[in-house]
Amino acid sequence: MLLRHTPKEIKERKALTVNPAKTCQPIGAMYAALGIHGCLPHSHGSQGCCSYHRSTLTRHYKEPVMAGTSSFTEGSSVFGGQANLLASIQNIFTIYEPEIIAVHSTCLSETIGDDLKQIIEKAREDGKIPLGRHVIHCNTPSYVGSHITGYANMVKGAIDYFAESTGKKADRVNLISGWVEPSDMREIKRIASLMGANSILLPDTSDVVDSPQTGSFNMYPKGGTTIADMVASGDSKATLACGEWATKDAAIKLENKCKVPFEITDIPIGIQATDRFVTKLSKQAEVTIPESINNERGRLLDVITDMHQYLHGKRVALWGDPDQIIPMVEFLLDLDMKPVYIVSGTPGKRMANRLEELLSEKVPEAKYKNGELADMFLLHQWIKNEPVDLLIGNTYGKYISRDEQIPFLRMGFPIVDRIGHSYFPTVGYMGGLRIVEKILGLLMDKQDAECPETSFELVM
Amino acid sequence: MSDKKKIELPDPSDIKEDILAKYPKKVAKKRAKSMVINDPEMDQEQQSNVRTIPGIITQRGCCYAGCKGVVLGPTRDIVNLTHGPIGCGFYSWLTRRNQTDPGPDGENYMTYCFSTDMQDSNIVFGGEKKLADAIREAYEIFKPHAISIFSTCPIGLIGDDIHTVARQMKQELGINVFGFSCEGYKGVSQSAGHHIANNRIFTDVVGLDDVVRPGKFRVNLLGEYNIGGDAFILEKYFEQMDINLVSTYSGNSTVRDFENSHTVDLNMVMCHRSINYIAEMMEKKYGIPWIKVNFIGAEATAKSLRKIAEYFEDDQLKSKVEKIIKSEMKEVKIVIDQVKPRLEGKVAMMYVGGSRAHHYQELFNEMGMVTVSAGYEFAHRDDYEGRKVLDSIKIDADSRNIEELTVVKDETKFRPELPEKKASLLEKGYRFEDYEGMMPDMKKNSLVVDDISHWESEKLIEYYKPDIFCAGIKEKYVIQKYGIPMKQLHSYDYGGPYAGFKGAINFYKEIDRMINTNVWKLIAPPWKNQPEIVAKMADVEY
Repeated sequence: MLLRHTPKEIKERKALTVNPAKTCQPIGAMYAALGIHGCLPHSHGSQGCCSYHRSTLTRHYKEPVMAGTSSFTEGSSVFGGQANLLASIQNIFTIYEPEIIAVHSTCLSETIGDDLKQIIEKAREDGKIPLGRHVIHCNTPSYVGSHITGYANMVKGAIDYFAESTGKKADRVNLISGWVEPSDMREIKRIASLMGANSILLPDTSDVVDSPQTGSFNMYPKGGTTIADMVASGDSKATLACGEWATKDAAIKLENKCKVPFEITDIPIGIQATDRFVTKLSKQAEVTIPESINNERGRLLDVITDMHQYLHGKRVALWGDPDQIIPMVEFLLDLDMKPVYIVSGTPGKRMANRLEELLSEKVPEAKYKNGELADMFLLHQWIKNEPVDLLIGNTYGKYISRDEQIPFLRMGFPIVDRIGHSYFPTVGYMGGLRIVEKILGLLMDKQDAECPETSFELVM
Repeated sequence: MSDKKKIELPDPSDIKEDILAKYPKKVAKKRAKSMVINDPEMDQEQQSNVRTIPGIITQRGCCYAGCKGVVLGPTRDIVNLTHGPIGCGFYSWLTRRNQTDPGPDGENYMTYCFSTDMQDSNIVFGGEKKLADAIREAYEIFKPHAISIFSTCPIGLIGDDIHTVARQMKQELGINVFGFSCEGYKGVSQSAGHHIANNRIFTDVVGLDDVVRPGKFRVNLLGEYNIGGDAFILEKYFEQMDINLVSTYSGNSTVRDFENSHTVDLNMVMCHRSINYIAEMMEKKYGIPWIKVNFIGAEATAKSLRKIAEYFEDDQLKSKVEKIIKSEMKEVKIVIDQVKPRLEGKVAMMYVGGSRAHHYQELFNEMGMVTVSAGYEFAHRDDYEGRKVLDSIKIDADSRNIEELTVVKDETKFRPELPEKKASLLEKGYRFEDYEGMMPDMKKNSLVVDDISHWESEKLIEYYKPDIFCAGIKEKYVIQKYGIPMKQLHSYDYGGPYAGFKGAINFYKEIDRMINTNVWKLIAPPWKNQPEIVAKMADVEY
């Protein structure tokens, strides 16, 4: 047993987190910055932060993840990190020539109280930022929120810096993407283009962390939202922000700064969340929903009606980020499955409210918790008390899966032991189809492996 | 097995100048001293263990990573509690491949991540109470043999006194509780964390259990972390030699074994950089001599095994060693003969760790490959130039902040017979504490680069066009985008083991696979060099 010390008996904890269902803000800021074209993320803190974030993102994407660090020493921790950031900015522009440096802070520089805005201002005054180049920033104290908070902060930071309103609205909508895979961002763009909606996607990690093998390395791959698009987002007629936790702040910022009205919608995972996404986008962009979208939706529904018997009533445990979990829970309910246990380390009362709305009637026995101490240790203990049929979450679930012999669908961040997530989307109707296919594969493989020989079936 | 003299390397002065030309003046001046054109016949100072230049894109991590991730990470019967915001604990959770065998007692917390998950209010009002509560809760739930605390950056700044909390909890709970002040900003790399880990294990763990374990010969293996099962391979050799391997620091290890590790007759050091401190301190306090060993490479393994047998001056042991070498080398030779024709003369580059970039050159030599450029991520001058330079290393402000323990002889536990044995062996020409570093083993005109930056690797790849490049996960896919196979030498790319004879065989086969796979030849699409066809097809579209 790999988690042999996890007891069935649940003792209340008030200080000790065990096997967290979240990580810290700066990695989210780094991931969001990778979705900006020609941008080098920069971590203002100790070397370890940058190294850990790059390593984790690299393991998840199996792709280059480039970023700089201010390499704090004990001296900078005492006297402040201004000199380190100024040197970083100068060195990065001289050596690596990005269009943009996206600086995020860390718990170290936040505790010291480094003022990023003032330091960047000084870099500009000192001539360390070449003409036409940019340094954007956001504050990402690791002791507040989670990796999702950091992502939200960097997206807001980019909009705050670049978006401009010329006063003339363009026939175009902004799509702000929550924390999803490059495959999902590509799929969101495909759906928008199928619908004929003129759109800008921010951030956009497709063609950045899923770049092709060509025999040459390009430090700034062709993907990522361009400066021109970020500037132009201020003139768009509306914003559709996908995922409240990761995108709401940016959408509000854009409305305040450039008077672009916004709507928040869930990340389009599953039938109903995709329905809402498509409906809202069609209204905002003033386009009709084409037959091709109806067909995709129809194919997903067809598979569900065909295979319903294998899904119905199956108990599921999930962990991860609210923006993904909420639509996923809704989707599981639409499949007549039972999401019984849910944890997320990302705080926010809205999660409990949304889950209450979704679950109170259909799965009254469901247990869920988010924020501090909502960890995978607790989830595992719940499972030990009454087992589930399926686990859905990041790679760390493989230990529970093996110990408890429960089929395991990898979704979320990080996935460091399988590939696929960066290439095949889980958003949209086609993404829904992929989720259903994967769930069915897992459940039916288990049935095939464990059922008595007498009831082993060829056709299923 | 290989004839190192056959291939002469070009003088890389021009490429070095080319690399430095891009840097701002001050940066160029500093980096120049970290890039040394090697001459094994000549003493040259290799700048190392100095601050990384901000923004340069370094491979290095932090002090916490060296302490919690590297040294204490592989020990299974201890709850390693990270005191800080969630990230540090999260990123160091199961991400190094230290395998462990929980054995009959089954105590193993390595699959768990423990954190105080500090929130903003804890940062403002202090986190000592939360830390004490977390330790109590960990004890209540898990009843571990020991609990240790690792400080992260903000903890040092807000001034939580983890050592006082540890003392109080030790008293309250009756188990060993101790803390590491390994805040990420300390030192200039992971190296500071290794030192801090060595210190605290030495003061708070080593020597707690005096019961001398059975066996004619008792040893510790220091600086072997059981990545991919390396230590499992080596443990088998010691079993075959009837040597009691009391503890390994820290692959497949337990705190219980550390407690007893001062009862051995000999310390063997694998990774000199991360663990030499504890070897030195054990010698001062208990009289245990130490030797440098290397089990990476078949010939190096044979040499190290013979050296151990020579130390014990026991004919039976010597013949056991020869028996192992004879039978294992037979298989090694079969595989070398298979791969060598495909690999001879191929070019390797490696920038990794504090010992691997040296040790792995042995394996490449055995395949007839040549290492044209190498360097460490966090080593010191002695790892490059040998221990002869120890006295001439300048202590700068960053190193001064890392405590150097004053160790004195333990009058009751010191074993005078060991220094006597050492003296007599020294007279016979046996060598102790003999690490000569990487540079004397490298060819003339090879380029030695400490703390290599991304820009430097990029230019050096262009220059050397290596057949294989070795580094870590952050470099892995960058290098492979160039169409060059990249071997991770931290995690072994989830393969291995590579230690010992069996490990060497695994490594030869792995490098043969990586270099000679067909896939690199498929990268360019077949139509790429047929522009006229593409043009015609494009015309049709228009």
